[in-house]
Amino acid sequence: MSERTYVDIEAELTDQPINFDEDICLAENVVYIKPQTLIDVPMHYCPGCGHSTAHKILMEVVDEMGIQEEIIGVAPVGCSVFAYHYMNVDMQEAAHGRACAVATGIKRIMPEKYVFTYQGDGDLAAIGTAETVHAANRGENILVVFINNGIYGMTSGQMAPTTLPGMVTTTSPYGRDVKTQGYPLYISNLLANLPGVAYVSRHSVHTPNNVRKAKKSIAKALEYQKQGLGFCMVEIVTNCPSNWKMTPKQSNQFVEEKMIPFYPLGDIKVPEGK
Amino acid sequence: MTQEAIFAGFGGQGVLSMGMILAYSGMLENKEVCWMPSYGPEMRGGTANAITIVSDDYISSPIISRFDSVIALNQPSVDKFESRVKPGGMIIYDSTNILTPPTRTDITIYNVPGSEEAVKLKNIKVLNMLMLGAFVRATKIVKEETITEALKQVLPERYHKLVPLNMEAFNVGTSFVTN
Amino acid sequence: MGDLKLMKGNEALSEAMIRAGCDAYFGYPITPQSEVLEYLAREASARTGMVVLQAESEVAAINMIYGAAGAGRRVMTTSSSPGISLMQEGLSYIASAELPCLLANVVRGGPGLGTIQPSQADYFQSVKGGGHGDYKLIVLAPSSVQEMVDFVKLGFELGEKYRNPVMILTDGAIGQMMEKVVLFEQMPRKTEFPDWATTGKKPGKDRNYITSLHIQSEKMEEINLRLQAKYKEIEKNEIRYQTVNLEDAEYVFTGFGLVARICIKAMEMARAKGYKVGVIRPITVFPFPTQVYADVAPQLKGILDVEMNAGQMVEDVRLSVNGATKVEFYGRMGGMIPSPEEILENFERIYIKGETK
Repeated sequence: MSERTYVDIEAELTDQPINFDEDICLAENVVYIKPQTLIDVPMHYCPGCGHSTAHKILMEVVDEMGIQEEIIGVAPVGCSVFAYHYMNVDMQEAAHGRACAVATGIKRIMPEKYVFTYQGDGDLAAIGTAETVHAANRGENILVVFINNGIYGMTSGQMAPTTLPGMVTTTSPYGRDVKTQGYPLYISNLLANLPGVAYVSRHSVHTPNNVRKAKKSIAKALEYQKQGLGFCMVEIVTNCPSNWKMTPKQSNQFVEEKMIPFYPLGDIKVPEGK
Repeated sequence: MTQEAIFAGFGGQGVLSMGMILAYSGMLENKEVCWMPSYGPEMRGGTANAITIVSDDYISSPIISRFDSVIALNQPSVDKFESRVKPGGMIIYDSTNILTPPTRTDITIYNVPGSEEAVKLKNIKVLNMLMLGAFVRATKIVKEETITEALKQVLPERYHKLVPLNMEAFNVGTSFVTN
Repeated sequence: MGDLKLMKGNEALSEAMIRAGCDAYFGYPITPQSEVLEYLAREASARTGMVVLQAESEVAAINMIYGAAGAGRRVMTTSSSPGISLMQEGLSYIASAELPCLLANVVRGGPGLGTIQPSQADYFQSVKGGGHGDYKLIVLAPSSVQEMVDFVKLGFELGEKYRNPVMILTDGAIGQMMEKVVLFEQMPRKTEFPDWATTGKKPGKDRNYITSLHIQSEKMEEINLRLQAKYKEIEKNEIRYQTVNLEDAEYVFTGFGLVARICIKAMEMARAKGYKVGVIRPITVFPFPTQVYADVAPQLKGILDVEMNAGQMVEDVRLSVNGATKVEFYGRMGGMIPSPEEILENFERIYIKGETK
């Protein structure tokens, strides 16, 4: 059986209207609570943006592993620059692209702690490529959560290293021409070739099933970090409704129809014997 | 007493070590010392050199352009530094190698056939110690017996077996200076 | 009383780093200071467990420093001019986030790739901020191998006291020369870290986060005001300088670092010729010892500022005396070092013969 798509789920949801007045407020009917480690404030992310989901599952894993006091995060420059306003763990805000170097500094002096970076495609795969590649190549025992939406969100829609061929952005107004603007960078596949890299896996958060898989992958990566296996990266292929000039629904369709075929989901590298 | 010296020669002749051994000796005798390898304009012109200052008093500038003593192991060093010896100072040069000797009359000139003597000791590498022997005897800036101890500090432990040979060369060097 | 040793400046600096209980060093090789990374790689880890890591670039190194400093550790990096330029981004962030750290710039001649010979051409970059935004480093200018040792300890202390990056501004000649040094005893590495450090959230307390981003202008102005107040405090408390023979001086030679010692030699030669010359050596170049120049200016016929650059500190000297006496400049560039004779010659040319050039 093929997986349910976002469109299927959307259809199911509209078929079964929820009765807000009755059952949903009862304690015994709780099926979901917000992770404790996610700070209860409104996020600045645009409606429909995948960042909030990625934040949530990362913090759920922290909750479930009980490591809120043992983990230090590094925020990037990009839309998630304020990640430390939402994640209730010790964090540092790095200069643009330098998160993996900052994480190296933190992890090297506190090898017993968990360390993660949370970075977008511009931060990780353009300005910070050197820091990323070398941290990976040294096998720095850190987790990198890599958010790939193929565009610069914070600066309002410029071309990213991962922008799809032909995709329109403010700096590729006629569509990305690979002959003059280069090809999308498969940074995850590139890193997977390095011996210092233990685990690279690509996911999405545009359907509940994919959210679950992405979360599982993050949990695995932190488990590998605990075992000292080396550099782990979880790439999340996601959307940018605002700068793609789409509704959230359209943007999720775009993820499914355009992004994922280009960036296929699944494990790219797993530690030996895992 | 202050001695502002420059040890000069080709790279590989051990001129930097000569200065360093002298600096160590000075330190062992509680003097002020400063050792400055070839730097700035001094580096050009085919010579490696080390300025070494040993003094009973505070040493102000490690950078000097006039010297009490020049210890020259090759011709370019004589050509370059002869004019920079202070009046009343000295040049000690390896007369085996240096065919155009210094000519000034207001300074003391010691010609030491260093390379020739070093070959007699079956090791050309001790040329620097031989010349250092002549320098220490001529200046008395440190005691000759301090040199053995300094050598041990400069040489890594695995080379300590070479100390006697080096001291033999040093002593040969001293014999070329009669006060 | 510690150990007496004969050491090269770069080695002495490295040894002092280990002894000061430094937790981590991140650096990238560049002449003339590569001995530091080499020395530490050989010695440090086995002796104190200190982290020593060769980064992929100076850009990465300074950001590793940011990370480890943010975790409250004693951290240091070293580089030389072109590498320090690459670190300016990180330094601006570190200054803004108010993280203590120590770095040494073993300056070489520029601009560009320049030369590997010693220079002081990075004075402006060091004392006026260097990167973007209004910030200052505390800048110590050693003139001897002993000070390369002492200023490591002092630098860590000042950095931690003010939560500010501190720079040791030195040059290739001091890095390579050997002098006697008294080394302080090995200090233990820290086991307790400041409240603000990101070492993992503490139970019952808010998380710590380290950032230099304050989108609201009101907040960012507040941060700036706090930084400026801190720099005032540093100017009030931390000025250090050396003076020689100022009592009867009619002229002053001034310079920082190695050049100050060449000035002292030139002063001795000038005194031997009957000129009443004194010397002022700023030890901290930020904070700059303005007052000592202002105080002595009225008794002087003139100041000769000597630097290994085109005339940088001379601007601060002129601001200090504020017109109360003449301030002339003599400098060498591109890796050339002025000799004592040259300084004396130029002093006589300018002040005794009254020639302008």
